[in-house]
Amino acid sequence: MTGSVCTLGELADAIPDGAMLAIPPDNCGAPIAATLALIRRGARNLHLVCVPQSGFQTELLVGAGAVAIVETAAITLGEFGPAHRFGDALRAGRIRVRDATCPAIHAGLQAAVKGLPFMPLRGLIGSDLVPNRPDWKVIDNPFAPGGVSDPIVVLPAIAPDCALIHAPLADRHGNVFIGRKRELLTMAQASRRTFVTVEELAPGNLLEDEARAAGVIPAIYVTAVAVARRGAWPLPFLDQYPGDDAVVSRYVEASRTQQGFDRFLDELLAREAAAA
Amino acid sequence: MTASYTRTELLITVIARLLEGCRHVAVGAASPVPGSAALLARELSGGATRVSVLGSLKNNFFTSGGVELFDLAAQGRIDAFFLGGGQIDGQANINLVGTGGYPASKVRWPGSFGSAYLYFLVPRVILFREEHTRRVFVPKVDFISAPGTSEPGVFRPGGPHALLTPLGLFSFDRDRRRFRLESVHPGHTLQEILDNTGFEFDRPDAVPQTAGPDPAWLALIRGRVLGEIAETYPRFAARIAAATP
Repeated sequence: MTGSVCTLGELADAIPDGAMLAIPPDNCGAPIAATLALIRRGARNLHLVCVPQSGFQTELLVGAGAVAIVETAAITLGEFGPAHRFGDALRAGRIRVRDATCPAIHAGLQAAVKGLPFMPLRGLIGSDLVPNRPDWKVIDNPFAPGGVSDPIVVLPAIAPDCALIHAPLADRHGNVFIGRKRELLTMAQASRRTFVTVEELAPGNLLEDEARAAGVIPAIYVTAVAVARRGAWPLPFLDQYPGDDAVVSRYVEASRTQQGFDRFLDELLAREAAAA
Repeated sequence: MTASYTRTELLITVIARLLEGCRHVAVGAASPVPGSAALLARELSGGATRVSVLGSLKNNFFTSGGVELFDLAAQGRIDAFFLGGGQIDGQANINLVGTGGYPASKVRWPGSFGSAYLYFLVPRVILFREEHTRRVFVPKVDFISAPGTSEPGVFRPGGPHALLTPLGLFSFDRDRRRFRLESVHPGHTLQEILDNTGFEFDRPDAVPQTAGPDPAWLALIRGRVLGEIAETYPRFAARIAAATP
């Protein structure tokens, strides 16, 4: 189904339970409509790879019981308040966290992009992140001059089963315009399958516009595209629309308890169904 | 405190002084005060200081995605950055993960973000916390997101340069692995800092008072700086404008 246009429901059905799923940060335009479709189909045991952090999107998936593992540099709702569902799930042992630091997640994806087994990264040594990540190793820089010891951390490649992103525009060939948000390209290249929601479909072929082509994920990396207008709502989306701050504020209050979260989620799902 | 400037304006002023001579200052997420200070430093440098503000469209020249900030740091192209911490200890270790056990932390904070990397690579990391209490400034952090110092042999061109709080300004001595109180802000006392700091620190026999902004700096803060930071932090800018004495 390379480059094909599908519905939100079909897109959610194509992301299997247990998948390692790469998702963007909230400030990149998170695919919230697609996330609700995943929750509606009852997704379970997802291993989220937050590139490199997440917030509202992860809260929704964790609160809905769709997540087993969260690999991230941070989960934050910023000034709105704490990520209650994430914190509660951790304390209750319902999810496992693989704490990382932003460039470690980027580096793992970049290793996968290049087909490499691992990537070295500076920093990290002496951080408690390292002993809590048995999959990270410290080696001696084999190129250190003069036989001097130079310890450096190596990180395994991160090759997600799927990536799920939201973008302004795609064409019917499956080319997706992302502009400057180049981490979305890295995610698509590192992942075996990439699913995209877009605000709208463009006529013609995005790659034929030379000024725009460098900001495009070519269709070769794209599995399927679904149209989801205001698909990042209630989060802001680039220069296209502001966030609905009142809704996110209400979320933080509601999600203090699982019951409050469940009611809030039901409202969101009902709103999505009405809009569809 | 005198009535001629606000506490936030003082903090912006102190940070701007710490940024003198920087070629490029990067400002991370949720950092309106450091962002304002970086923009002030740029004005004072006559444009020689470049500033990138995460979340800004106008003050963000990155075109390589989220990884570019970290690559710039690795290339030595970032001179100053800002970090905070739910806990900070006397050796400048910072904790952004949580307290009360790990991973099932009783109090879970967002996570380490880029700290475990940038703290090692950016020469002037300024620690900034708007809460000065013993719950923040602890003898030893529960979780080291990023260590304040490293063993010899660990590649580390960067690290902590200063710690600024609403009560005072500290410098950090990387060899002694200790903070040194440099000045106490107007309206506060050494005793207040001692009472609210859970770790030991060095200090001169007579601790000077932090100097406030002169009128020219204040005019810049209330003019161009506030106008520009409003693009990224509109609520912060409105609050500061409303608080102007």
